[in-house]
Amino acid sequence: MAVKKQTFEQAMGRLEEIVSKLEQGDCDLDQSLKLFEEGAKLAAQCEKQLDEAEQKVSLLLENGDEVPFAAGED
Amino acid sequence: MSLNLSSLPTYTVGQVNEYIRDLMEDDLLLQSILVRGEISNYKRYPSGHHYFSLKDETGVLKCVMFRGEAAHLRFRPENGMRVVAFGHISVFPRDGAYQLYCADLLPDGRGPLDEAFERLRRRLEAEGLFDEDHKTPLPKYPRRIALVTSPVGKAVRDMIRVLGQRWPLAEVLVVPVRVQGEGAAEEIAAAIHEINNRADIDLIITGRGGGSMEELWAFNEEIVARAIYVSNLPVISAVGHEPDVTIADYAADLRASTPSNAAELAVPDRAEQGERLAELKYRLCRSIRGRLEDGRRELGRLKGSRVLRSMAAPIQERRLIADSLRRRLESALAGQMKDRRAALSKAAAGLDALSPLKVLGRGYAIARKGKTVVSSVGQAEKGDRLDVAVSDGVLSCEVREKEERSWR
Repeated sequence: MAVKKQTFEQAMGRLEEIVSKLEQGDCDLDQSLKLFEEGAKLAAQCEKQLDEAEQKVSLLLENGDEVPFAAGED
Repeated sequence: MSLNLSSLPTYTVGQVNEYIRDLMEDDLLLQSILVRGEISNYKRYPSGHHYFSLKDETGVLKCVMFRGEAAHLRFRPENGMRVVAFGHISVFPRDGAYQLYCADLLPDGRGPLDEAFERLRRRLEAEGLFDEDHKTPLPKYPRRIALVTSPVGKAVRDMIRVLGQRWPLAEVLVVPVRVQGEGAAEEIAAAIHEINNRADIDLIITGRGGGSMEELWAFNEEIVARAIYVSNLPVISAVGHEPDVTIADYAADLRASTPSNAAELAVPDRAEQGERLAELKYRLCRSIRGRLEDGRRELGRLKGSRVLRSMAAPIQERRLIADSLRRRLESALAGQMKDRRAALSKAAAGLDALSPLKVLGRGYAIARKGKTVVSSVGQAEKGDRLDVAVSDGVLSCEVREKEERSWR
């Protein structure tokens, strides 16, 4: 099953939904395997986001442009 | 030895009290005095006069405030309040006691800014600007956070640092404003309005580091409170240190005690989310393992069932299908974590073919007598009615002949 690029929030939400569905155990085997596959992809995606995230900080200029921002010492 | 009392003049009580009163009333200090203390035993009499005591750790001073003066009080004195009283001290002859005749009473330690603050706070509160049910809930995982603050100084650095440590997934946009002095409040309010016109921000933090009440004043201005109130985006206020409370704090959807604290409240913690994710992964694997075990038991049952055995297909073919399915399932189980996705989807496809419904689709049928599956001629008698399930329904049949045969 294709997993679209989702936000962390959406991915975690869907993953929780899948886990509780599987835990209830009322899906047939075929459906369970599909859910598992989707869940595994979501978990990998979330993990990647957590591991690879690098904070991006910008400064809003008066003309509406944004430039990278580093808060210096005083 | 005896005292010759007759040689001393004698006075009445009234004369003594009057004498002491005269002494006091001739004393310039006592005639115009400010006294600091804590109110206790405050009583308002039906006459309109107020009676109370001022006390400190050393003792008490009785006070009275007559109706005329009490009517001009700008606050409601309560026991325990620290106040400064202005008045003169004299004797109350009936009780033979001196007391402060209080002309005015002010809350202690409050300057003109405190007064302005209190007036504005009360007015905006009455208008509903601080209502709990107007407050916007914060997003659980903000994606882009706007910091409306000074681009220099410790406050912005602290916020960026804490946000980065906890939740680097959130982007940060610094919207630079002046946070003190003339025009600062207008800049803060304008920035909050402007951010609300953007589509990419889901949370605003506005604030500054600690300072005097004058330095924090921009966050006590009505224009800032109103900008926060009308903001559709949730706003966290983060002004000064823990004890500083501003009007902006009341209007904000969430008040943080410091800029760092605002950053902590704004985002989830990466480590915690990692743990939650690990737990979900564990539960995901555990539940599919359980489901596969069920599948295997199902397979075993179907293999042994008379429904399949009694069917007319070559047994060898079915055995091949079943074996292959079992192998796939077992390999899926063995390689649960390693390459699990490929193995599992293969198993899934295989299991689909095993479903009893699929079997019916290939032309097999299940005969039932009542609720019992009929798998042997011995189970039915001539004239019995049987229900025969086919892929899309049930045929009601009557047994006309019985004949035993071997399919093996």
